[in-house]
Amino acid sequence: MKLATRRVVLVGNPNTGKSTLFGVLSGMNVHTANYPGVTIEKKVGRLAVPNLAVELVDLPGTYSLSPRSPDELVAVEVLTGELPGEPDADLIVCVMNATLLRRNLFLVSQLLELGKPVVIALNMIDAARSRGLEIDTDRLSANLGIPVFAVSASRRQGIDELRAGIAAALLPPAGGFEPGTGTATATATGGGSDAIAVASPAVASPVRVQRILPDRFYDACDRFSAEVQQTAGNAAPLPSRYLVERAILDRGGEAEKQLHLRLGVACGPILEATRGAIEADLGPLSDLECDSRYSWARRQVEGVLDSGPDSPHLATERLDAILIHRVWGMLIFLGLMFLIFQFIYAWSGLPMDAIAAVQDQLTGLVESVIEPGAFRSLLTDGVIAGVGSVVIFVPQIAMLFLFLAVLEDCGYMSRAAFLVDRLMGLFGLSGKSFLPLMSSFACAVPGVMATRVIENRRDRFATILVAPLMSCSARLPVYLLLITAFVPTVSYLGGFVSLSGLVLMAMYFVGVVVAIPTAWILKKTLLRGEPAPFVLELPEYKWPAPLVVLYRVWEACKAFLIRAGTMIFAASILVWAAAYWPSDHTRRHELQRLLEAEAAESDEQAAAWRAELQAVSSATLENSLLGRTGRTIEPVVRPLGWDWKIGVGAIASFPAREVIIATLGTIYSLGGDVDEESEGLISALREAEWPDGRPVYNLPVALSIMVFFALCAQCVSTLMVIRRETNSWRWPVFSFVYMTVLAYIGALVTYQVSSRWLG
Amino acid sequence: MITLDQLRPGEAGEIVRVEGCDGISCRLRELGFVPGEAVRFLCAAPLGDPLNCVIQGSRIALRGREAKRVFLSPAVPEAAGMVAATGSSNARL
Repeated sequence: MKLATRRVVLVGNPNTGKSTLFGVLSGMNVHTANYPGVTIEKKVGRLAVPNLAVELVDLPGTYSLSPRSPDELVAVEVLTGELPGEPDADLIVCVMNATLLRRNLFLVSQLLELGKPVVIALNMIDAARSRGLEIDTDRLSANLGIPVFAVSASRRQGIDELRAGIAAALLPPAGGFEPGTGTATATATGGGSDAIAVASPAVASPVRVQRILPDRFYDACDRFSAEVQQTAGNAAPLPSRYLVERAILDRGGEAEKQLHLRLGVACGPILEATRGAIEADLGPLSDLECDSRYSWARRQVEGVLDSGPDSPHLATERLDAILIHRVWGMLIFLGLMFLIFQFIYAWSGLPMDAIAAVQDQLTGLVESVIEPGAFRSLLTDGVIAGVGSVVIFVPQIAMLFLFLAVLEDCGYMSRAAFLVDRLMGLFGLSGKSFLPLMSSFACAVPGVMATRVIENRRDRFATILVAPLMSCSARLPVYLLLITAFVPTVSYLGGFVSLSGLVLMAMYFVGVVVAIPTAWILKKTLLRGEPAPFVLELPEYKWPAPLVVLYRVWEACKAFLIRAGTMIFAASILVWAAAYWPSDHTRRHELQRLLEAEAAESDEQAAAWRAELQAVSSATLENSLLGRTGRTIEPVVRPLGWDWKIGVGAIASFPAREVIIATLGTIYSLGGDVDEESEGLISALREAEWPDGRPVYNLPVALSIMVFFALCAQCVSTLMVIRRETNSWRWPVFSFVYMTVLAYIGALVTYQVSSRWLG
Repeated sequence: MITLDQLRPGEAGEIVRVEGCDGISCRLRELGFVPGEAVRFLCAAPLGDPLNCVIQGSRIALRGREAKRVFLSPAVPEAAGMVAATGSSNARL
């Protein structure tokens, strides 16, 4: 008999080891996607259970089911089965941190109101035991009326029992949990709260909906539902019972908005009247819920928890005494940041060089096999260069995420946010934005991906939007080329400080200086709203779990390669095509063929051919769609002090900033194989002239190009990653437009001011 | 009555109420800042904000602006015992 797929949803507070447990249960065979319209990730794995096909869904860690953003609402709707296109949950597995039992029971109390079967995985039981906390799980299970399994995900303890428990809860009643003792105890200790049985469509056994708040609250909710139904008619169905309760409890919350959306504004006055009645009867709504839930939680742990007062974790206290110390803490933090930066910036050079070498070898191989022509050009300049431009980022992404995952999993990340929160207030952001912005100095691609740690959507988007303003490593070649060519070699303080170094530093500062007001304005306009609560848990320190760390790195690389990579690749091909057509390449390919066949009779002839090839390449680029566009936009870039060739370079570098160097090389007839240290390119730039004989490049022009590249969004990879992370085209388009406008204005001001000032 | 941001490092108090009914105050309540709970202030971040404190056994960092909304009655006997047991290691912070 083929059984339908059952769906098990994993929920829990942050820092409960939920990711580790998800990894252990699913064997890391995970599929990730986004829920439609929101930015929360949908992680689905398979749970191996005999005779059943079970899908395991991991929800982001949460302290409560009181939705205050569209993302949080989606998480709740996954649990209530109200999300369109998503199958209903058959079972909820709540992961709890055994060392913080009472706090974690807050979420459990909300889960028990959903009317779904719930199983508890009491994780970190080893940590609790080593601290002398003895937890009577049988008693807890009896109190709550649901199965409780003590597990240690990091040590793989109790996993088989949990798996069997999940299977039993999913199977028909004969094998299910018998809540006999549980019901009796729960009702007795529940202090007047009664339980009503509803038949769950997925599981045959009746599921009790717990009533944690005073009965009179639920009565008021029922009256509200009846009244609204009467006013709105049956045309508009009410949301689930739980979301109706939330709409009443959370003033201005997401459930209330949803209710308005479904039933129209007519329900507004009824909602307010209901709230008024409840508050007159039971006191302020805001206190009612939390007081009721916490006193319920206190009753549940009576006789379950054998310990004195809340005992602090000694190792954590000792580590914190150093790691968040006002002097040592800051020094260690700066040291760690330097180390990360060094790794991404400098030490990922080795694998990146290896990738570039493989790319060169492949190009060489293709050139030795295929005759020069459009197809070969497509393969080498389009396909191989395109794939290379994607793969080249992988070492940096892997490196950053290795660090991020280790720091996050051991508990340091929240300390880092704690240390720099005040500083990030300058941006109107919180401490959680520091690391993503910091990593963007190496590369905005992993930086944007790292914003996932920021739960607040508006803070996260503001961080994503300013991250590309941080000067990434791809801008460095552009800076170096222009500084070497045009900044005079002057040094101060006895050679200790050079003007070149100062200009380079200034370029790095430009991005930051612009990012501060940009983030601030974004938070006041497009991303305005209730200020994000900076309430951050500083979890206990623990050894990072290799499984979680490696999975995070793998996931980050895979997501980048598949989702962003395909788009980057497509853009590279498009720019290649624009640079290739509609020019006539006959002579160029013929010269290439002759040179490769080594048909030259003398060295002089070969040199002549080479020179002609460079001239022809330059001419074909000039006649291509790209070259023509460059000429068309020349009037636009003239105020920046640019000629059309720089304009072409700027357009051609849309896939990636560093492409401008190769493009300038081609335009100045040097062939594409130049880098920022090429003497040829440097002298070609110095010698380039306007038709009237004035030099094209001087210091103001060089500065204007550098400022343009410091601020522009010429990086298809970043834009595609923004598209992926925000799950919408709106934000990458916005990033591109605002950064290009900023870059243009910045370059304009730089050129106009510096050309007057420097003459 | 004092507020959470007025405590000195290592000091504790019992929560009387949390002001407000917006997202921030709700999040604080969800995290355990409810009347009757003892809260202990550990230390402030190097730049003076946010503040690190212990509630229900977990360390929670919150900004001074938010801490002003948490009203306490100081020197609860049981909370004072907690300070005596663990406060010394934090007094140095």
